[in-house]
Amino acid sequence: MNEAVNIRVTVNGEVRSHSVAPRETLADFLRNALELTGTHTGCEMGACGACLVLLDGQIVHSCLIFAVQADGAVVETIEGLAQRKAIAELQEAFHQRNALQCGFCTPGVLMTAYGVLARPGVPSRNEIRDALSGNYCRCTGYEAIVDAIETAARRRAEAAAEPEPETAP
Amino acid sequence: MKARAFSYARPSTVEEALETFASAGDEASYIAGGQSLVPALALRLQAPQLLIDIAHIPALRGIARRENWLRIGALTRHCEVLTDPNIARYAPLLREAAPHVAHPAIRNRGTLGGSVALADPASEFPAMMLAMGAELEIAGPQGTRRVAADDYFIDLFQTAIEPGELLIAIHVPAVGPHHRWAFDELARRRGDYAIIGCGMLGRFAGDRIDEIRVAFFSVGNTPVRARHVETALTGGRLGPDSVAEAQASLAADLSPPDDEHTPAAMRLHLARVLMGRLLGRMMVTG
Repeated sequence: MNEAVNIRVTVNGEVRSHSVAPRETLADFLRNALELTGTHTGCEMGACGACLVLLDGQIVHSCLIFAVQADGAVVETIEGLAQRKAIAELQEAFHQRNALQCGFCTPGVLMTAYGVLARPGVPSRNEIRDALSGNYCRCTGYEAIVDAIETAARRRAEAAAEPEPETAP
Repeated sequence: MKARAFSYARPSTVEEALETFASAGDEASYIAGGQSLVPALALRLQAPQLLIDIAHIPALRGIARRENWLRIGALTRHCEVLTDPNIARYAPLLREAAPHVAHPAIRNRGTLGGSVALADPASEFPAMMLAMGAELEIAGPQGTRRVAADDYFIDLFQTAIEPGELLIAIHVPAVGPHHRWAFDELARRRGDYAIIGCGMLGRFAGDRIDEIRVAFFSVGNTPVRARHVETALTGGRLGPDSVAEAQASLAADLSPPDDEHTPAAMRLHLARVLMGRLLGRMMVTG
């Protein structure tokens, strides 16, 4: 009983084969086996949102998935998003607006923000707050986080609208 | 906050899953999305010897209309409930309830079948089974059977699913042009458990109600159909007088528990307010 299981997971573009105990969560696997410590473990029961990762392109709690369940899947962590500059404008906006203090929740918040920005259009502040309902931040009071996400969304929309200025009437 | 050690099995058919469970005795647990089970394991409220991962069984997937029923595979995720066009058209109460179920990341992973099988009395989808008159398809060693939602909820976290049985699919009577529906809940924050929630589905002839089902959640050990309310509304015109009559009869249907945040009288009051709003919405949409 409780025997280890071999899994193959693509993490941040790299295929990783490992032997894991069935009870090991994806969050612990990423942090301990792969040393990707940008994924934080807070509540370990799906409430705080510090452990969010992309699993097959969808944002999920890595504390609510056992690593064995991710066998064959594609995982992207906050390190992956940062390295391929997928969240560069969010990082810039968070920096400018001081949208973090201790930073513990920030990887999860950025994951949520990445998901919000992946949708078309500029989200309303209510939509941003709704999306952040699964992320706990005990420092900022959220106002600066909402500001930063809104700013990044606006900049992205403006940049998308700009490419052909000379054709404007 | 770590689960006790367990073994892991990943069957690819329903039969294989049932056999795996049977060979493990009572020491096994099925896992699909795991969004309620994994926290329960982490808190050691449950500690099975064997986890049977049913997420790779093709027969549990898919959404298809067959005659006047919509069959929704148990593995359908909450995020698919939000976006599937057949659910929006034929089972719109599920679509209305879905944005209120937990948070986006949970909805990406949690399954409709898991929610209905767990039967948390404070969650949205189980109560909608009552409001829609759904039937639950359950597989066991003796084959599969369909159980009406009215016979399905037995007690707190207890349903017609026997140990080792598996919820395969949810069958919903398809909504037609004469139906109206409404859903809402009162919660302190989006994604929190509702203080009170309600979904209703009625078949109308003009503004006369031919048939209506009204279901509440967060009112006790199981979701509850408000049968006195339904009787008061059926056969009459939907208008301010019938809404007031329905609100007056709600006390006969609900006996919510007291808790430290919400006294029973307050919950009943909020149930009346919420139901009044929803009936009002059905007047407007008609």
